[in-house]
This record gives sequence, structure tokens and C-alpha cells, in this order.
Amino acid sequence: MTTTAPEALAGNAELRALLKHVDKRRHRKDRVMSGLIIAAFVLAVIPLVSVAWTVIANGIERFNAYFLTHSMRGVYGGMDAGGVYHAIVGTVEITLFAALISVPIGLLTAIYLVEYGRGHLARSVTFFVDVMTGIPSIVAGLFAYALFAVFFGPGVRMGVVGSVALSVLMIPVVVRSSEEMLRLVPNELREAALALGVPRWLVVIKVVLRTAVAGIVTGVMIAVSRVIGETAPLLITVGVIDSINFNLFDGRMMTLPVYVYRQFQQGLIPCSPDQTDCIATVAYDRAWAGALTLILIVMLLNLVARLVTRFFAPKNLG
Amino acid sequence: MAQRIDVKDLNIFYGDFKAVADVQMAVEPRSVTAFIGPSGCGKSTFLRTLNRMHEVIPGAHVQGTVAMDGVDLYGSDVDPVAVRRQVGMVFQRPNPFPTMSIAENVLAGVRLNNKRISKGDAQDMVEQSLQGANLWNEVKDRLDRPGSGLSGGQQQRLCIARAIAVKPQVLLMDEPCSALDPISTLAIEDLIAELKSQYTIVIVTHNMQQAARVSDRTAFFNLAGTGQPGRLIEIDETATIFSAPREQATEDYISGRFG
Repeated sequence: MTTTAPEALAGNAELRALLKHVDKRRHRKDRVMSGLIIAAFVLAVIPLVSVAWTVIANGIERFNAYFLTHSMRGVYGGMDAGGVYHAIVGTVEITLFAALISVPIGLLTAIYLVEYGRGHLARSVTFFVDVMTGIPSIVAGLFAYALFAVFFGPGVRMGVVGSVALSVLMIPVVVRSSEEMLRLVPNELREAALALGVPRWLVVIKVVLRTAVAGIVTGVMIAVSRVIGETAPLLITVGVIDSINFNLFDGRMMTLPVYVYRQFQQGLIPCSPDQTDCIATVAYDRAWAGALTLILIVMLLNLVARLVTRFFAPKNLG
Repeated sequence: MAQRIDVKDLNIFYGDFKAVADVQMAVEPRSVTAFIGPSGCGKSTFLRTLNRMHEVIPGAHVQGTVAMDGVDLYGSDVDPVAVRRQVGMVFQRPNPFPTMSIAENVLAGVRLNNKRISKGDAQDMVEQSLQGANLWNEVKDRLDRPGSGLSGGQQQRLCIARAIAVKPQVLLMDEPCSALDPISTLAIEDLIAELKSQYTIVIVTHNMQQAARVSDRTAFFNLAGTGQPGRLIEIDETATIFSAPREQATEDYISGRFG
């Protein structure tokens, strides 16, 4: 932009000297801090890239259509077979049902806290939500198991028990993120709607929620991503199975994290030298491919959330 | 359809704090009444009690009566939501709904209330209201674009169109021009002059020239000091207030000796 040569504008020499003076110390500090920040960023990204790379490199070998569409039924030893279909079904169903429980509860709690809550009740709700955030996942699993054991007797294993355990973990995250998003809605919009003679509940539904919906969806997705990889509570409440079970309300189900754990636990398969179709590392390979599937599902969910966010986001400039 | 408002012995509180004390006032129909006074003297607070927006703030409440054509707006059988449908309001900062188009913003009073409206009626309403707000010619080709894409002055006129679309009896304006440039201000002032043939208008302003230009009657509010409640000092014909006010404080304020 400035094509003028410096000598073309000699100007006031004294003023030039004043303006030219550079604070060397500040400059050096700026460089050092920028360097530190970039180093910290790189340090933080290394594990992420490393994880992604390792999972893809190790998982891609067994990751194919056959793997995605078959269960582990009748698969034993070092057989070159077996897939993750039953675990995908379980993970998707259990997580969706957990979201179905947590989103209404969490969102309504957030609306209460932001729009209506005053005094002791609101403060204690906030406090207990904070406490809930700290519940160890295994405890959530035990809680859900204990709850259902009251009605179905000890040893109960159902998909829905896992959903309840996951929703215990999910609700505080949904409350917290929705609360933040609702607070971001400018008060002026609420007042504008109230001044038009719109009752409070319609203001909440049609103005506040509508304005915040993009952020709320993002928050829900973060909560889902958080619980979809939970292993311990599902191991306790849903158990382990090798065949496909679509029914959340009857019997054990397999889930992806538990699948990965189970395959990894099997370790190396002892193959005798005369067995040609025996792969010693098949269980490890399946574990990696299962992990890859789980990561892809989370990415897919995030992608959907992004699209929803873009669609609903307030359009600022036409 | 414009109505008069009589305010009697009105005290306004935020929690325990008395913000405005002992207001007696009559707002004439089909005229513009301006409120002037230094910051913090309670003119906006008082304005918000006229459509019961004051009580939206937690802990805020009032004592006394605000009667619209003889009906006390604070009577026990009166619904604040219904009051706000009769007494519209325009705010200091333009606040169109960011998720809605220009047309949807105008229809907000209907749509947000879940009322059904035929497409033809909706179109008529959008055109009439935007014409009423002197905005129609500027936006008629982009009614489906976001309202927040307009300039500040246009947004404010959009907010006025939104307020008059629900056909209120009274229109309250809380410093409607303070965030606008002089040209947009002029547009709004012209609009106020047109609207007063149909509506009772109450406007809060920090700009005394504006009060002199647009209003028929002017009320001067003042407060004795911080922590003291604001009071209505006097209300009279605008010409009288600006030429021969009864109170010394009014004259001091108008001539710029304080505030």
C-alpha cells in the first residue's frame, strides 16, 4: 500500500526520531511470549495427531465393510472373521437414549436457572449440578445398576441401565453448556418480546431458545462425545455379548468402548504352526479397528452438529 | 384509539430502594409528551412503569395508580401481558430479533403469540406497519433478509414498525435516537410527528432540542442527590417549559447550568 519511498517524505526529523524509537525490551518479550505460545500449542497438538495417526494406521487393516456389518457371533480363536456391528448398534442406541433422557432434563434445568430461578432453590440446583459433574463414571454405573436392581433383582443387565448411567454423567454437562448459551442471549431481545405483549413462556421458547439453539446443539454434542467413550459404567450395567441385540430393554448389549476393551484383553492368540488361517494378532487388530469406528462415529456426530449450528445460527449481515 | 394516562401518587422501587417518588401526571391522548432530566433521575424507570415492563426486573415494584382511560393498569384483575399489548415500547438500542427476517420482525407481535394470520393479512400488516414507520420504500425489495443487516436508523424504524404492528393505544420511546446519527434522528422525529395523530406518545430524551422539536408537553424530572429518589419537578406545555418554567431547577437545567 505504501509505495512512497521513505526519502520522499523526509518530514520533521525530531518527530521521526520519536516515532522510530522502538522499545527493544518489549519487542524481545513479545518474541519470547509468541514463541512460548506456539510451543505450547504444538505440544498440545502432538498427542492429538499421534493418537489419530496410531488409530488410523493400526485400525485401517481390519476396517472394512465386512467388519462394520458383522458381529462376533461364532468367532473364536484366531479366525480371520468377526466385526463390530453389534457394538455399533449398542453404542448408538444406548447413547441416543441417554441423550433422550438428559437433553430434556438438562435443558429445562438450564431454562429454570436462567429465566426463572431466584434465591435458595436456584443456588442449590447450581451447587448440585456442580457436584454431579464430579461423579466418577464407575459410580454412575453402580448407581444405575443399583436403581434397576431394586426392580429387576440383582444381576440385571440391559441397555437402558447403561443409558441411565450415561445420562447421570451427561445431565450436568448439558445443564452447564445450555445455561451459558441461554445467558448469552441479550436481555434486550427478551424485553423487546415482552414489550410486544408476548407471555414469558413464549418469549423463552420462541426468542430465547430460538436464538440460542445453535449453541445448545453444540453443547449437547460435546456432552454426547463425552459419554460415548465411557467404558466402565457400561461394562457394569450393560455387560458383554457377542451377538446382535437391538432391544434396549432386554438383555445384554455390546458397545464400542467395551468391545475395544474386550478385544484388547484377549491379547495374542496362541496359534499352532500348522493352522494356516490363524492370525495371532487378530484381537489387537479388531481393538484398533473398533477404536477407529468409535472415533469416526464421534466425528460424524460433530459434523451433523456443525451443519445444524450453521443452519440455525442468527444471521447478522444479509 | 389513543388513550389518556393518569398517574397518581406513584412510587417506584427496586427492592427496598425507592427510585422515583410521588409522581402525579396526566398524559394527553394524541400528543407527544417528552421526559427530560439528568441521568439517573428515573425518567426511564417511570416510562417502564407505564407498560408494566418495570416489574420484569427482579425485586422491582410500584405503589400508586397508573390509570389508562380510568382503568388502573396495576389493578389486581389486570394482566401485565395484556397491558403491554396496549402500550407498545421502543428501546434505546435498536433490538430487532436476529433470527428473523425484516418481515418476520414486523410480524413478531403476532407470530410470537402463536396467533394464526392469513398470508394476505400478514402482507398487508407488514406493508402498513413499515409504511407507518417510513421504512417501506427502503426495504420493500428485501423483506426476507435479516433485520439485523439494516443500518442503525433503519433498525430503529423497524422496531417502531414492529411496535405499531400490534396496534397499541400508547407508544413509549426510551431515548429512541440516542444511538443514531442526525439524519436517522431526523427521520425518527418526522415519524413521531406523523404517529401522534393516531397514538399517544411518550418519549424519554436527553436531547432538549429534540424535546422542544417533537413534543407538545414536557415533563422535567430531577433528583436531590445520589441515593435520593427522583421526582417530577414540573410538567407543562413544551413552549412554557422552555420559555417560562415555574421552577428554578427547570430553568437551570434547560439553560445548561447543571446536569
